[in-house]
Amino acid sequence: MDSEFRRNPEWLLEQIEKEQRRERRGRLKIFLGYASGVGKSRKMLSEGLRRRERGEDVVVGAIQPKSSPEIDRLLSQYEIIPTRNIAGKDVIDVERILRRHPQVVLIDGLAYDNPPGSRHAHRWQEIEELLEAGICVITSINLQYIEDLQDEVSSITGKRPKETVPRSFLEQADDIEIIDAPAQAGFSRLRELALLVAAEVVESELRAYLRAHHIDEIWGTQERILVGITPRSDARPILESGRRNADRFHGELFATYVRQTTLSPDDQAALDRNLAIARELGAAVHVLEGHDPVRPLVTFAHEKGITQIFIGHSLRRGWWHRLRGNPVERLIGLAEGIDVRVFPQRPGP
Amino acid sequence: MSQSEPAARGHLKVFLSYAAGAGKTYRMLEEAQELKKRGVDVVVGYFEPHGRKDTIEKTEGLEIIPRRKIEYRGCMFEEMDTEAILKRAPKVCAVDEFAHTNVPGSERSKRWEDVMVLLNAGIDVLTTMNLQHLESLNDQIWHITGVRVRETVPDWVIKQADEVVMVDVTPEALINRLRRGVVYESDKASRALENFFKEQTLVALRELALRQAAHEVEVRAEEERPTDRILIHVTDEPTTAMLIRRGRRVSDYLRAECFAIYVAPAGDLSSLPPQERESVERHLNFARNLHIETRILQGQNAAATLVDFAHRHQITQIFLARSRSRRWKLLPPGSLVSQVLRLAQDIQITVIAERRKRNL
Repeated sequence: MDSEFRRNPEWLLEQIEKEQRRERRGRLKIFLGYASGVGKSRKMLSEGLRRRERGEDVVVGAIQPKSSPEIDRLLSQYEIIPTRNIAGKDVIDVERILRRHPQVVLIDGLAYDNPPGSRHAHRWQEIEELLEAGICVITSINLQYIEDLQDEVSSITGKRPKETVPRSFLEQADDIEIIDAPAQAGFSRLRELALLVAAEVVESELRAYLRAHHIDEIWGTQERILVGITPRSDARPILESGRRNADRFHGELFATYVRQTTLSPDDQAALDRNLAIARELGAAVHVLEGHDPVRPLVTFAHEKGITQIFIGHSLRRGWWHRLRGNPVERLIGLAEGIDVRVFPQRPGP
Repeated sequence: MSQSEPAARGHLKVFLSYAAGAGKTYRMLEEAQELKKRGVDVVVGYFEPHGRKDTIEKTEGLEIIPRRKIEYRGCMFEEMDTEAILKRAPKVCAVDEFAHTNVPGSERSKRWEDVMVLLNAGIDVLTTMNLQHLESLNDQIWHITGVRVRETVPDWVIKQADEVVMVDVTPEALINRLRRGVVYESDKASRALENFFKEQTLVALRELALRQAAHEVEVRAEEERPTDRILIHVTDEPTTAMLIRRGRRVSDYLRAECFAIYVAPAGDLSSLPPQERESVERHLNFARNLHIETRILQGQNAAATLVDFAHRHQITQIFLARSRSRRWKLLPPGSLVSQVLRLAQDIQITVIAERRKRNL
């Protein structure tokens, strides 16, 4: 069993403290859209009103500068703690919100920078403070403000906003909800990206759940492709196909090598070349140990939730095969719950 | 344009989500209201209130086409009245529950087929569907939820939709709604909470739905010529259905062309024992329903015939089911898989996993 699960008192204490901190902390919910005008504000404000009907104490801590009659109608039903305008920037009034201490505060617009000299440089850091104080925050963001996606987004929109929010802040949200709507021509890639960001946040939620409940299983919500490499395999076409498939499925790519014996200098060089190709194609490379080429691969695949294994046709003939059977066929037999794709191999030099 | 010219096909928009109560019907009706406000001639063709107050309020002011009553085994059922909608000929029609199966005795067996009729008549359709009804995901949904979904929609039908919009909601909010009885009345609610509405199940379904929606957006954005050609080997074994679904799904993602092949020693199905014949026919029909080209080939040796076909038709991938010996986790010697592996060293061969129901 993983050391993570070992029941030592220090670890337990740490878990309890973490749990308590989580309980005291406010919940963070983020509405994510791929562009402005998809309806985030409306969705947020309606949710706030529903919560209030159910008896929660909800206030608004920041609104968007652009409004519409419908938004105004929703806002008119709220207690609003206005933002302060400092040096031409809208800054949320953290102190007033802390003093008022509602159960829930709505902050429409997560990606704002504060003027120099403020307590925090970014609005998301102020939200962090509200959460620490036990206030739940509901907020909204457009895809273009997520730091790690800026290159790709700006290549589509031609604009690059200065304000950004780190993706890790989104990933630690308790809830993320996507506001989807048909996109104008040319912008569907943004829509796709937003859906995938949400899918990844949900995936990490699922993994955390399965880990916490000691469920060791492949659910296959995300395709994970593992390429099994040997020194003599013609690895490039397999790895390239793995990359293409992983991209198509928006999945992950892994590559492994099972180290069995010491290799001849030639084999070692061939292996290094293959592993370099794997890294170049962005595969997560793992070297496994074992004197059987098949079992460690299958064990690793099950641990990582692999859904497809890609390998080359076995070219080796010899006593080992006569004794244990063809390794490709053994792999197919053992890799329960996993698709196995066998690739053509050019005979080596 | 002259009057006799056939109307252009209607525009299909699908609101996709992953569970009842996510707000699909609400979103659909909201859009219908929006269209009406802009002066578009819109009607509600079918609407399932499920006793939800918010949703019912959203139909206010919209014209609802009365349902058609159909008697079946002494009971009265109500279905969408497709003929009445055609006669009324609106510009846009809202149709709830795309994956619904009509009661026997209806004109068409599936609601999506009714929708096709409306589209062909030039009527735009707004509709709702949950991801778990998508045919190619059937085994995976079964694995995750333990529920075998019977009402499915072939993937090509969704491919025909002009727009697929994800209606997102967090599993927590969904469970809350269910507990408060917004989604179902309370007796149904506790049952629903037991299987589909377990939080981890919802999280997994949600992730699948988000990825599916992203995929739907992606395929609509680009047109690419297929380079891969996939061959699926059909047998009378029950694993064939799983193999066909998986092959279809991979083909869709790789934009590959897809064939399903059965090899018969006599060249046709007539000499097969009745039970085997019935299974093979069912599998070939299933493949055709998923828009996979099917062939029956004559050959004494299935492996050799498949590989020969693959070579002659530039197949790039052969999909096979695992043949497993009963006692060992090993391929039985001389199995079809090992024969094909030996014969087709120049083609990719994919042996698919048997997806099984989880221990819940």
